[in-house]
Amino acid sequence: MRSFLGKRAIASGVSLLGLIVLVFFLSRLTGDPTNLYLPLDASTEAREQFREMHGFNDPLIVQFGRYVADLAQLNFGQSLRQARPAMEVVIEAFGWTLCLAAVTMTIVTVSAIVIGSLAAFRVGGIFDRMATFFSLVGASAPDFWLAIVAIVIFAVNLHWLPTSGTGSVAHWILPVSVLFIRPFGLILQVVRGSMINVLSSAYVKTARAKGVRSRSIIFVHGLRNAMLPVITVIGDQAASILNGAVVVETVFGFPGIGKLMIDSILLRDFTVVLAVIMVSALAIFIMNLLIDLAYAMLDPRIRY
Amino acid sequence: MADHLLEVKDLSVEFHTAAGTVKAVQNVSWHLDRGETLAILGESGSGKSVSASAVMNLIDMPPGKITSGTILLDGRDMLKMTPEERRAINGAKIAMIFQDPLAHLNPVYQVGWQIAEMMTTHGESAENAKSRARDLLKRVGIPDPDAAMRKYPFQFSGGQRQRLMIAMALACKPDILIADEPTTALDVTIQAQVLALLDELQQETGMGMLLITHDLGVVAEIADRVVVMNAGNIVETGDAAEVYRNPKHAYTRKLIDAAPGKGEMPDERDRSGAPLLRAVGLEKNYGAFQALKGVDLTIMPGETVAVVGESGSGKSTLARAILRLDDPDSGKVLYNDRDLLTISDKELFGLRRDLQMVFQDPTQSLNPRMTVFQLISEAWVIHPSILPKPQWKERVAELLVKVGLRPEMASRYPHQFSGGQRQRIAIARALAMEPKLIVCDEAVSALDVSIQAQVIELLDGLRREFGLSYLFIAHDLPVVRDFADRVIVMRAGEIVEEGPVRQIFEAPRQPYTQALLAASLDPDPVVQAARRDARQQQKGLMPA
Repeated sequence: MRSFLGKRAIASGVSLLGLIVLVFFLSRLTGDPTNLYLPLDASTEAREQFREMHGFNDPLIVQFGRYVADLAQLNFGQSLRQARPAMEVVIEAFGWTLCLAAVTMTIVTVSAIVIGSLAAFRVGGIFDRMATFFSLVGASAPDFWLAIVAIVIFAVNLHWLPTSGTGSVAHWILPVSVLFIRPFGLILQVVRGSMINVLSSAYVKTARAKGVRSRSIIFVHGLRNAMLPVITVIGDQAASILNGAVVVETVFGFPGIGKLMIDSILLRDFTVVLAVIMVSALAIFIMNLLIDLAYAMLDPRIRY
Repeated sequence: MADHLLEVKDLSVEFHTAAGTVKAVQNVSWHLDRGETLAILGESGSGKSVSASAVMNLIDMPPGKITSGTILLDGRDMLKMTPEERRAINGAKIAMIFQDPLAHLNPVYQVGWQIAEMMTTHGESAENAKSRARDLLKRVGIPDPDAAMRKYPFQFSGGQRQRLMIAMALACKPDILIADEPTTALDVTIQAQVLALLDELQQETGMGMLLITHDLGVVAEIADRVVVMNAGNIVETGDAAEVYRNPKHAYTRKLIDAAPGKGEMPDERDRSGAPLLRAVGLEKNYGAFQALKGVDLTIMPGETVAVVGESGSGKSTLARAILRLDDPDSGKVLYNDRDLLTISDKELFGLRRDLQMVFQDPTQSLNPRMTVFQLISEAWVIHPSILPKPQWKERVAELLVKVGLRPEMASRYPHQFSGGQRQRIAIARALAMEPKLIVCDEAVSALDVSIQAQVIELLDGLRREFGLSYLFIAHDLPVVRDFADRVIVMRAGEIVEEGPVRQIFEAPRQPYTQALLAASLDPDPVVQAARRDARQQQKGLMPA
């Protein structure tokens, strides 16, 4: 287990380093931040002073060396836009996204598992039809469209819910609902398929021959076996929300990491972009680790 | 009071599939009394399991449909009961064990829990269930029951898993135990132990036992009465010994005649001269597991060498090592004075066509997306020197006739054939290379006895016609007895005994060979009863 963890950490660390190098140099290609931060009529001296202050005059390689040296002391640099430590900005936004992801994925997982299992138990029944309908809708409706339509209907026309922000529970309903649809459809289908497989397995036949009740066959004998492929997809979907549900966060003005990322790229706030990438990478690393642990927990045959 | 404990009357079951309606069983009637063992004997597709599935309510409806009949349990018609009533009977009054215990135990729950669940489902308290589960594990001979309670199915051996299934089935003291091919996946020595355990438990509890099998030997060992099924119908029923002695129906006779192990054994061959292939000191390790511990073997031209052994003996590893499908760790395989293990890939490629293999399961070894013509002619695509393209069609037709199929079948796909026919295709494919040696890895094990006899006959004919040699890997001793010239007995990666087939079967020298032969079941109930008595006496004489 320990060597497994070590190997994983090293592999992830190496790819993270590569990513930092790539992003550091590529983001510089987008242009000079000076033009965005100073007024159009700012004097040449002022511009020069701005560049000097933030070190943009040095050769790129020197800038990179300085960045890495700071990084080694866990100094992630200052945000240009907000004039405070980049990491502070990122962690604040990440907290919001984490909440959003946790709430959404909990609702998605519970409902997809219950409806998907019942759909698999009676193929062609009411739950099965619901499952097929929702997954089709989920897969085909683009989220930016859903988000805008939802705002038009529920916020603008009906005045039931606010359009954006995070003040109360009501603020969360629309973003969570829109984020819910796609992973729900996807996970539902995986649960259903996996469960149909499991329910036709030999050990379920044994359970029926034992006289085990249907509910117990589905949720005790079936579900634990059916969960293995499902967990992979859940982790994958959770990671994609954690990485920034860019569209949904932007449309609903949600102060999460996706919105921060877009804003920072547009405003060439390089240190924040890099910090976002590092936090996301860490989140995905932890996510994958949790998936592996969940595998081992569910299936005694899997050991690391 | 009902006439019988369980009685199936005029049962007919259909399955509606895309290809049409299949009548799985038609007007089947049988009954089972307390304390007796009834065997339903039949080959694959005979419908032998269907009536038992109907009793257990395991037939999925749709696509299945019970079109007629009654199933009386203590005089009550089970087919008229509510689903909840049926559920309450399963496990409590009628329990069932299956062929492949690894697949039939839930892989992610501890076995103690799985056995206890049988009892808690039928109303026992968790605490009592747990303590009885422990007693049951002890009763069926699982070592260290306390630790075993917390283990998972994959941590047991095949024989132990079947014992776990039996412990689970007997947890609620059922009146009836249905055993569907309970020992088919097990080694002979383990099979004998499991059948003996079932017999003992039946005598202890007085339960009625319904045994579903394809194996005359199992019937001979354990059944009082037998029902013979063919194509969904009962063709004969009666006392097991009587049916074997005086089979009334032509199908029963055919089945009994096809049972292997009765043929004349060949005399010892002259083994002087140059061997076709010689393996010296083969070793193969998988991690810490030693699969082969220095195995030597010689195959003469035109000779059939059988390698027998139980699972884990290394017999399949040996076959794969000789063909270099798996590289052994050390040793030599000499063919034409060349060591197959050290020659260049190019040279090996040239020699590949001389050494062919026929695998156990033709469903998996034949590419489902290739026609029979493509499967057989692929040999000549790879080795174009064997046959110029214009002659392919003619030669494929010839080969198909040779293996007992028809030339026009060349355009079909593997799934359009039966298991026996598919194995014939696999043999035709091997023959297309015009090999000197064919390695058969359990090539007839998956086939029904009547088909098995035909395939063995085919292989034997080809040997005489082309002077082929065979390396015949098998666990089934009677088949080996009929087919082999020479027998190698393997255990735990080593050769225990080697000799001409007559010596091995009539005068085995090593205790392990003797034990294997003793555990092997004879299809004759009288012979089998005599062996059973002898075993019992031996047991009585042995110190406890």
